[in-house]
Amino acid sequence: MPATLPDGEPMPPTGELPGSALDGAADRPFGVYLHVPFCASRCGYCDFNTYTPTESGLDQTDYVTAALAEIAFARRVLGTDRPVRTVFVGGGTPTLLPPGDLARLLAAIDDAWGLAPDAEVTTEANPESVNPASLKTLREAGFTRISLGMQSTAPHVLRLLERRHTPGRAAEAAQEARAAGFEHVNLDLIYGTPGETAADFDRSLAAAVAAGVDHVSAYSLIVEEGTRLAGRVRRGEVPMPSDDVAADRYLAAETALDAAGLHWYEVSNWAADDAARCAHNLLYWTGGDWWGIGPGAHSHVGGVRWWNVKRPAHYAKLIAEGVSPGAGRELLTGEDRYVEDVMLRLRLASGIALADLRDGGPPAARTALADGLLDPHEYAAGRAVLTLRGRLLADAVIRDLLT
Amino acid sequence: MPATPGVNQPGATDSGAIRNFCIIAHIDHGKSTLADRMLQLTEVVDPRQMRAQYLDRMDIERERGITIKSQAVRMPWTIREGERAGDGAVLNMIDTPGHVDFTYEVSRSLAACEGAVLLVDAAQGIEAQTLANLYLAMENDLTIIPVLNKIDLPAAQPEKYAEELANLVGCLPEEVLKVSGKTGVGVPHLLDEIVRRLPAPVGDAQAPARAMIFDSVYDIYRGVVTYVRVVDGHISARDRIKMMSTGAVHELLELGVISPEPVKSGALGVGEVGYLITGVKDVRQSRVGDTVTINTRPAAESLGGYKDPKPMVYSGLYPIDGSDYPDLREALDKLKLNDAALVYEPESSAALGFGFRCGFLGLLHLEIIQERLEREFGLDLIATAPNVVYRVVMDDGKEVVVTNPSEYPVGKVAEVYEPTARVTVLAPNDYVGTIMELCQGRRGVLLGMDYLSADRVELRYTLPLGEIIFDFFDQLKSRTKGYASLDYEPAGEQAAELVKVDILLQGETVDAFSAIVHKDKAYNYGTTIAAKLQKLIPRQQFEVPIQAAIGSRIIARETIRAIRKDVLAKCYGGDISRKRKLLEKQKEGKKRMKMVGRVEVPQEAFIAALSTSDSAGDAGKSKK
Repeated sequence: MPATLPDGEPMPPTGELPGSALDGAADRPFGVYLHVPFCASRCGYCDFNTYTPTESGLDQTDYVTAALAEIAFARRVLGTDRPVRTVFVGGGTPTLLPPGDLARLLAAIDDAWGLAPDAEVTTEANPESVNPASLKTLREAGFTRISLGMQSTAPHVLRLLERRHTPGRAAEAAQEARAAGFEHVNLDLIYGTPGETAADFDRSLAAAVAAGVDHVSAYSLIVEEGTRLAGRVRRGEVPMPSDDVAADRYLAAETALDAAGLHWYEVSNWAADDAARCAHNLLYWTGGDWWGIGPGAHSHVGGVRWWNVKRPAHYAKLIAEGVSPGAGRELLTGEDRYVEDVMLRLRLASGIALADLRDGGPPAARTALADGLLDPHEYAAGRAVLTLRGRLLADAVIRDLLT
Repeated sequence: MPATPGVNQPGATDSGAIRNFCIIAHIDHGKSTLADRMLQLTEVVDPRQMRAQYLDRMDIERERGITIKSQAVRMPWTIREGERAGDGAVLNMIDTPGHVDFTYEVSRSLAACEGAVLLVDAAQGIEAQTLANLYLAMENDLTIIPVLNKIDLPAAQPEKYAEELANLVGCLPEEVLKVSGKTGVGVPHLLDEIVRRLPAPVGDAQAPARAMIFDSVYDIYRGVVTYVRVVDGHISARDRIKMMSTGAVHELLELGVISPEPVKSGALGVGEVGYLITGVKDVRQSRVGDTVTINTRPAAESLGGYKDPKPMVYSGLYPIDGSDYPDLREALDKLKLNDAALVYEPESSAALGFGFRCGFLGLLHLEIIQERLEREFGLDLIATAPNVVYRVVMDDGKEVVVTNPSEYPVGKVAEVYEPTARVTVLAPNDYVGTIMELCQGRRGVLLGMDYLSADRVELRYTLPLGEIIFDFFDQLKSRTKGYASLDYEPAGEQAAELVKVDILLQGETVDAFSAIVHKDKAYNYGTTIAAKLQKLIPRQQFEVPIQAAIGSRIIARETIRAIRKDVLAKCYGGDISRKRKLLEKQKEGKKRMKMVGRVEVPQEAFIAALSTSDSAGDAGKSKK
């Protein structure tokens, strides 16, 4: 079952934004997220908005038509020309669509706004859903970056996660991507899966490093409510992942990746250099604007956050009628934007300027420094930046800074 | 049938026609239902106005089936059958509080009567509290009419319990009356017997007026309503009255009888029971046990027996939300108007903030006050574990009275005295062993043991009061499958080897958890609380040692390991709104945390750790 949407106020049918949201828009980076809500099968731990062919109620051709229509809709609502700095196609499994469809959608985005000359264009992919030919087509269509769901190299871990690929396939796909001309390749890892040993995860890290990618994301397994995995935990078939184990794994990831020249730039993300960092995700974390195309996709423009209806068929029907597919939205207050800013920036290696902290923030930062959760050199230079232990306790530090 | 004309005239009733009685009964033995039948039979309540438990006023009384405040109802009655049939009388039924904490109030109610109906459930037999009140009535020379109630129940064993009652009262089993308050069977006969068996009040009508206050109730419209029993002389509505304990003189605003609604009257004479209103606003100015006389012709001597109510059990009451403190003060001020035994003074706790140290007559009194504060005043409270009052004598001879364990004196203690209680337990004889084990474990001294009947035993102990208020009753009930009943009364003090155990979180004493316990139990208390807290306090960013200590000596230790991971793995475009809302919720939750040094302790941890039961183990352990 996909996770639920937030509560918010209703979305106007025209999708119209308050004037304030578009003030100074030209100065803010702009990106497009495209959500492809299809998977060959649902993994047991996944609560994303994705559907197997039998569940979706919308065939892939109709989805592409609807997504193209929303791109045109977005162009009308936003009005002004804004070069697109980043495109990120996520899912679901975007590569379940024929590469030609992904190319058409990207071309439509380019037609609507124009891609910036150095635009980052990423697609997610499952290792088993790409091959050298499809990768070549994507590269030629303008994709510059690919993000592969590797998760683990341990067969029993992949089995528990209900992933379909074989242990060696992800690294192989990464090499195929580089051969197809992708300069930037990411591998996603999951740690803390019940049954995963420290050695299992060390091997997964080593395999990711050996694949020669310039970016790794590593996430602790979260048992999301409503997933099959949550059901198995509840019934006692599978133990709940332990936070202490997750902390050990995180430290292992930091050690192995840093040694391989991949440096953290966000709590769960490591990259070889500035160019290897995911520009699209950085836009999320630094208050940039983006439009999310597709069912359940979230958008943010100038302090307005909204989210589309989740069911693909419902989404397609609304957009076909020329009505906004937005299910709800929220207009952020100044306080909301401050909270988000602290919450997102503190997760980054660049941190947040101490001068930007309000109320109880500065004394809380001093305490966090004394507790070894903030980096003393950065602090001396006027920034709050998490130490390694601080990264593991980031939420607690955020709560403290916001008191 | 209406009463004989002329007899039922307040202020002009022949004292020879008056019968003042109370009903001594255990909580659910049917006193209120029997009273309802009496109100109907004597026709003082219009049938259309009749409702169940007519005399019980407060919600809490009705729900718990107990009477906290007594009332006196005047009922005319004409003997229906047998000897002296047709004789008219005036019955005053004086209700008595049914619980152990209110022994003094019970004794005053009994002192206002010449006789008592001993009402016992025919399916259960007598209970310890009833027995205690029966002894109290016998000490006051009251004539006892033993009555078995609920004889309509299939489980009733009237023969067995008639024998038990006859043994206790010293009468023949066939003199025990049998009634059903529910169906009314036997109740007219009981009323006839009350007139026949109980003596009329005796007093000197010509002497200066003396009336005993047996109850005093605050009413928001009328001020304090004082219930009195006239012993000598005559009080008229035009008199100015004088309270003999304080000498305070009051104008009488109203005088009357309750039947069962207030009826004004011009006067009250010898033997009569009624109410008076003077306009005072606080029951402390019109105290139970005091003697009322007339200012212009005062009596030389009071009736005696007046005692200041003395709090036996103390507990700190704290609002969960600190901003409710003024509301708590206001609520206590209001309850005090109606409760001469409630005492309180402000105190502050490092752990719990601002609150009040409150003194109570006993545990039930504490529970009732706490419940009323929460229910009637909408307050959320934390109550610290109840404690008794200790008298500490220092080496230099200085004496300190400790009502809050955290104020236990530091320095050389020569002697510590704790209050004791005389305890009566009634139980089937199968449980004698287990009860003895419990009492011995609580430092009890056996005073005696008697068989009430072939299979029911009365055990008498002296126990430290502090041992009784710490879940003794719950233990007794659970070990005897609910069959044992308990009564206790204060019995002075004794020197004991007591120590103060402190609980420290990260080296800081948590005042709310300090306790004064016997030295042999200190280790047990320390390990129990430390283990509870270890489960109740969520992991913090740093390791938190929990220690139990006597002075500087650590007697138990637990550790809450530091939390190592508190971070969400993913925070992408679609996660931001949800994550922000989660943060705001966590911030709210943080406000409800109490800080002990740097340790965040959830309110639930205090509540659960302070509760005497073990069931509250997993509250507050929720993930942040």
